[in-house]
Amino acid sequence: MLQVNKLSKSFGGVAAISDVTLGFPTGSLTAIIGPNGAGKSTFFNLISGGLVPDAGEVMLDGKNLVGRNRAEIIAAGIGRAFQIAKIFPSLTVEETLLGAIGAHQGHSANLWQRFPLPRTRDKVGHVAGMLGLADKMHVLSANLSHGDHKLLDIALALVLEPRVLLLDEPTAGMGPDERWRMIDRVYQLWETEKMTLVFIEHDMDIVFKIAPSIRVLCYGRVLAEGTPDEIRNSPQVIEAYLGTDHGANAA
Amino acid sequence: MSNETLNAPSRLFAGRPTLKRDVIIAVAAVAALILLRVIWPSPAVTDFAIRVAAYAIFATSLNLLVGYAGMVSFGHGMFFGFGAYCFGLVMQRLALPIPLAILITVASTAVLALVIGAICIRLKDIYFSFITLAFQMLIYSLIIAWVPLTGGDQGLQGGIPRPPFLGINLANPLHLYVFAIVMLAVCLLIMRHIAESSFGYTLRMIRDNTDRASFLGINVYLVRLMAFVIAGVFAALGGVIMALFVSGAYPEFSNWTMSGEGIFMIMMGGISTFIGPTAGAIILSLLNDVVTRRTEHHGLALGIVILVFALGLKKGVTDFAADWWRARREGAVGKQAAEARS
Repeated sequence: MLQVNKLSKSFGGVAAISDVTLGFPTGSLTAIIGPNGAGKSTFFNLISGGLVPDAGEVMLDGKNLVGRNRAEIIAAGIGRAFQIAKIFPSLTVEETLLGAIGAHQGHSANLWQRFPLPRTRDKVGHVAGMLGLADKMHVLSANLSHGDHKLLDIALALVLEPRVLLLDEPTAGMGPDERWRMIDRVYQLWETEKMTLVFIEHDMDIVFKIAPSIRVLCYGRVLAEGTPDEIRNSPQVIEAYLGTDHGANAA
Repeated sequence: MSNETLNAPSRLFAGRPTLKRDVIIAVAAVAALILLRVIWPSPAVTDFAIRVAAYAIFATSLNLLVGYAGMVSFGHGMFFGFGAYCFGLVMQRLALPIPLAILITVASTAVLALVIGAICIRLKDIYFSFITLAFQMLIYSLIIAWVPLTGGDQGLQGGIPRPPFLGINLANPLHLYVFAIVMLAVCLLIMRHIAESSFGYTLRMIRDNTDRASFLGINVYLVRLMAFVIAGVFAALGGVIMALFVSGAYPEFSNWTMSGEGIFMIMMGGISTFIGPTAGAIILSLLNDVVTRRTEHHGLALGIVILVFALGLKKGVTDFAADWWRARREGAVGKQAAEARS
């Protein structure tokens, strides 16, 4: 279980995240929504070691991750992908994933063994297969499509065998069809891998359709949490974020 | 873009370079160079090869930083100079066997690079470049100022003793020639192995996207520091060969011009291939020799050539060769696929 307690972070006096307490049960699929500037990406950064919180705790199965470095947080089981996919342009898909596995197995400073390490190809093939990258293993990452960049970013997180996977807008910058294909993959991933998956998403149709559980952030605070129906009908959420349209549709 | 070109291998050869293949190439190259000396026993060629060996080791070590790790050091010459002085002083003052003096030089350079690197690596991008340059000027000034030890701007005087070891007499130009090319082959082999190791790929990942690398749990600081120390040690070995060749050491070895020449070599030879810096060392040495023989204005002539590479070609010669080879391979793959379809 990932439990965040009274988490706060300010930038120059402006509170990006203030006093956020949220729980994500093991194996759950949760969407985080909220208007621009609500602190969603900051929230992910605080959990994954991208930023150090000013106050609060990030508890993963009873262990506090605050104050640990990125490597320790990854080892504890937190993996993440980024809103703007972060990849390695001059490496092929296969090299990227093999490199990530090498790092995960503690060989990033191994001078003696040639790359790739023995018995890492199967694992990479498995992950690439799950995300539909199997036929692009030898393509340079720089030459991939935007959607494949996002998939590769997620694959990078997956080879580290996370117990909690944080996806920051997996469908960002995609057209409608591509969005649904991406979100289907994410859903399948959650179903087959049985990990705790938290994703940030702007498209309300997607969120209401696939996320059993939703958290709403607004101005760095938790505005609401609950099932899609509860969120749809929450007066605060409608007022602050959804507008009356979605509420009317739901009614 | 067709599917075939998308899926075509983007590397020079199918499959990854194995250690065995690299060793075979190295042994063949050493044999060929020894044969060259037999066929063409000219002292000028021998001298040229020894100098190129020293520069090639130096430039390849710089490319580990610049090309593989994306760390543009402007002060790499300091380790070349330090290596030459350290080796020369150990030989002059302690009268140890040459292999032991080389080991002491390697160890001392590693410690120096560790200390300087630990400071430089805290800075990124252009700030890293500037602070390496600052340390270089510090080392250079020390060499100039510490006259009793280094001989100041006169350089290390009195010659470096070259006592024979294991039947090898480095005072003999032929022995020195073979020693230099074997050193070159061994150093390149080790650096090649490092570049193709897990560590080598970690360097590429850090170069491409440092932030993502750290989100994979990579200790970016440690890996960069290791690269800095390794590169420094090999630069020093280049300096050792140069010190053996000129039987002395001069402040210019660790001046900023030395670092600059290293950058020129990797620019002209090519940054994207392992052998590029070696090609660059040959090209720059040839240019230096040809141009200085014909004109006093060699700086002007070299400057123009370098500008042509920097502004006109924007790539080194082996980069072009690699592109050509890749295009040919991909053409062949596309053709095969087309034939298979028809």
